[in-house]
Amino acid sequence: MSSKDLAVSVRGLSKSYTIAHNDEKHTTLAEALVHRAKNPFARRQTETFWALKDLDFEIEKGDVVGIIGRNGAGKSTLLKILSRITEPTRGVIDLYGRVGSLLEVGTGFHPELTGRENIYLNGAILGMRRSEIQRQFDAIVDFSEVSQFLDTPVKRYSSGMYVRLAFAVAAHLNPEILIVDEVLAVGDVSFQKKCLGKMGDVSRQEGKTVLFVSHNMAAVEKLCRSCILLAGGQIVVAGETAAVMSEYLDSRAAEVDAQVSTALADRKDRQGEGQIRLTALTICDANGVPVEAVASGESIQFRLGYQCCEPGPNTNVTAAIAISTHSGNFITMLSNELSDDQFELTRPSGVFTCRLPKLTLSAGHYLINVAVNRNSIMQDWIQEAATLTVESGDYFGTGRTPPPSHGGVYFHQQWSVD
Amino acid sequence: MEVRAQHGPKPYLTIRPTSGWQAIELAELWQYRDLLFTLASRDISIRYKQTVLGVVWVILQPLISAGIFSFVFGKVAKLPSDGVPYFLFAFVGLQAWSLFNNTLSKSNGSLLGNAHLVSKVYFPRLILPLSTLPSTLLDFAVAMGMLIILMVIYHVAPGWGLFTLPLWLLLITMLAMGVGLITASLAVSFRDVNYILPVAMQFLMYGSPVAYAVSAVDPKLRFVYFLNPLSGLLEGFRWSVMNRGHLNSGVIAYSACFAVAAFVTGLFAFRRMEKRFADVI
Repeated sequence: MSSKDLAVSVRGLSKSYTIAHNDEKHTTLAEALVHRAKNPFARRQTETFWALKDLDFEIEKGDVVGIIGRNGAGKSTLLKILSRITEPTRGVIDLYGRVGSLLEVGTGFHPELTGRENIYLNGAILGMRRSEIQRQFDAIVDFSEVSQFLDTPVKRYSSGMYVRLAFAVAAHLNPEILIVDEVLAVGDVSFQKKCLGKMGDVSRQEGKTVLFVSHNMAAVEKLCRSCILLAGGQIVVAGETAAVMSEYLDSRAAEVDAQVSTALADRKDRQGEGQIRLTALTICDANGVPVEAVASGESIQFRLGYQCCEPGPNTNVTAAIAISTHSGNFITMLSNELSDDQFELTRPSGVFTCRLPKLTLSAGHYLINVAVNRNSIMQDWIQEAATLTVESGDYFGTGRTPPPSHGGVYFHQQWSVD
Repeated sequence: MEVRAQHGPKPYLTIRPTSGWQAIELAELWQYRDLLFTLASRDISIRYKQTVLGVVWVILQPLISAGIFSFVFGKVAKLPSDGVPYFLFAFVGLQAWSLFNNTLSKSNGSLLGNAHLVSKVYFPRLILPLSTLPSTLLDFAVAMGMLIILMVIYHVAPGWGLFTLPLWLLLITMLAMGVGLITASLAVSFRDVNYILPVAMQFLMYGSPVAYAVSAVDPKLRFVYFLNPLSGLLEGFRWSVMNRGHLNSGVIAYSACFAVAAFVTGLFAFRRMEKRFADVI
C-alpha cells in the first residue's frame, strides 16, 4: 500500500435506527406501562431503518474530502458517528488524531452572554482548553471583525455578526482531523469565502485532514481533492472530486427528469398553505407555443398555471420562478413583485405569464423552482418543477458568443473608446 | 485491510459499538474540566441578568422562604423545633433541603436544557449534570455565610459536630446527584419525569425533617420515617450545625450507604443510557 499515513479508517460501518410503528409509539411512561400491562408477552412492532450500511473507506492525512449526496443519504449520520455524538451499530472506526467537529456554527452560544464570554463558552464546547482559547483570543476577534462589540450580549448582534463570531471560533479549532457539516450555507458571501480560504489553508499548510459535507458543489469542487458520494446509506462512488461530482450530477439529472415528468398538479413534494396551487409550467416561444428547448437571445415565455382552492378575493398575490444550475447555484429569480405588478386573482384558475424579451442565459441545462405567495405567506412551492434547456444562440446578433468557459449569463453591452 | 491495520501506527482513538455497562472515564472527564467550569460559570452569570436586584436575590430568597416557614409551621401550626428559635431551625433545614432539591432538579434538567449541545457536539455527557453543581454550591455557601450571622444573633453555638459538616454536604449531594442522573437519563425518552419530579419532591419535603423536628414523629413510626435516607442526612446536617436532633449510628450508616449507593448507581445507569441521548433527545 501507499506510504502515506492514514487519518481515518472506516470498516464495515453501519448505523440503524429503530422506528416504532405509529400505534406503538409511546411518548409517555404511562402509555408504555399500560401497553406492557395489556400485552405482557407481545414484542414491540418495530422497523429497523439503516441510515448507513457497510461503509468501508480510508482517508489519508492531509486530505480534504467532500461527502456529497442527497438529503437523507446518510451524510449527517456519518459525521455524527465520526465525531462521536452517536454510536455506530456495527463496524469499527480508527481515528489517527484529535477530532474536532463543527456540525453547526455557534453551538451553545448563549444570547445573554457577551461576545467575549461566548468565545470562551463556544471554544470550550468545541473541545478547546481555556489556555488554548486565551492564546488564540486576539486572532479569533480579529478574524470575526466584531471587536467593537465584544462586550455586548450577542442577542443584540446582527445575524451576520453572530455567524462571523461563531465561525471565527470554529476556524481556530486546532484538531488534526476537522469535520465540517453544511455550515457555510449561512453568512454573507465574502465571509464564506474567507472561511473557505481559512479551511483550505488549514489543510495545505498544516497537513490537517478535513471532512466536508456540503450541498454547495462549487465549494466542494474548490476545496476537496477527493469525494465520497453517498446514496441510501451506502457509498456509490469514491475518488477524485471531478469524477465523483459528474457521477452525482448525472444521478441528480436522472432524478430530476423523473420528477419533472410528473405533472406539476400531481407533485407531492410541495410546501405551503395550499390555498393557491400551481398546476402547470410550460416554456413557450414568443407566440406562446410550447417548446422543448430555447436558444440564447430568443424571446420566451414562462406560463405558470394556478388554481385557487378557496373562493374570495385573492389579493396581493406574487408568483416567482427561480432558475438555478444543476449543481444548485441560483442564477436569478423572476417575480411580479420585482416588476411591481400587483396581481389579484378573481377566477378560480388561470395562468401567470412571464415574458422575457431576450433570454440572457448561455447554453446549458437549468432547473426551475416555482412558488406563489399571498400576502407574503407561501401558498405553494415546488422545487425542480421543470428543466430548462438552452441551446447556443446569437444573443448579440453578431454571430459571436463568449467561449463556454466564460459563459453563464450574457449582458447587453455598449462599448466606446476615447 | 486487516493486514494493513496491523502494521500501521496505533490509532489515536477507535470507535466501535458498545453494549451494557461501561466504565466511568475519569481521565476524559478531567480532560474536559474546562468545559465543566465554563458551563458552570455560564449558568451563574446568566442567572441574574436582567434582574433589578441581581445578586441580592441569593440572600433574599432563603430569608423569605424561612420567614414563610416560621409563620406557617412555627406560628400557626406550632410544630416543634428542638428548642431553637423556629426561624433559625427552619433556615438550617431549608438550606440543606435546597442543596438536595437544587442539585437534583438542576442535574435532572441539564440534558434537556442543553439538547442542542447533546445532538451537535461530543463531550462526556456527565459534564452536563456535574456542571450544575458549582452554582448550587455557590448559593449554599452564601446561605451558610448568612447562617453564621443568624447564629450569632440568636446566640446558638455549634458543638464539635461542626467538623462533620463536609460529610453531610457530600452525602446529601451524592444522593441528589445519583437520583438526578437517573431521572435525567429517563427524561430524555420520557418527558413525564419532568412532571412527576416536582410532585415527588414536594412529597419528599414534607416527609423529611425540614419544617419540623423529628420529635414531632411518633417514636413507633420513626423506624419507617428514617427509611427515607434524606431524613437521616437532614437530621445529621442540623445536628452538626446546631448540636440538636435525634440521631443514632444505625440511621447514619443506613443513610450514608444509601447515598453512596445511589450515586454509584446513578453514574453507571447514566453511562449505560447515554449512548441513546443524541438519537432520542
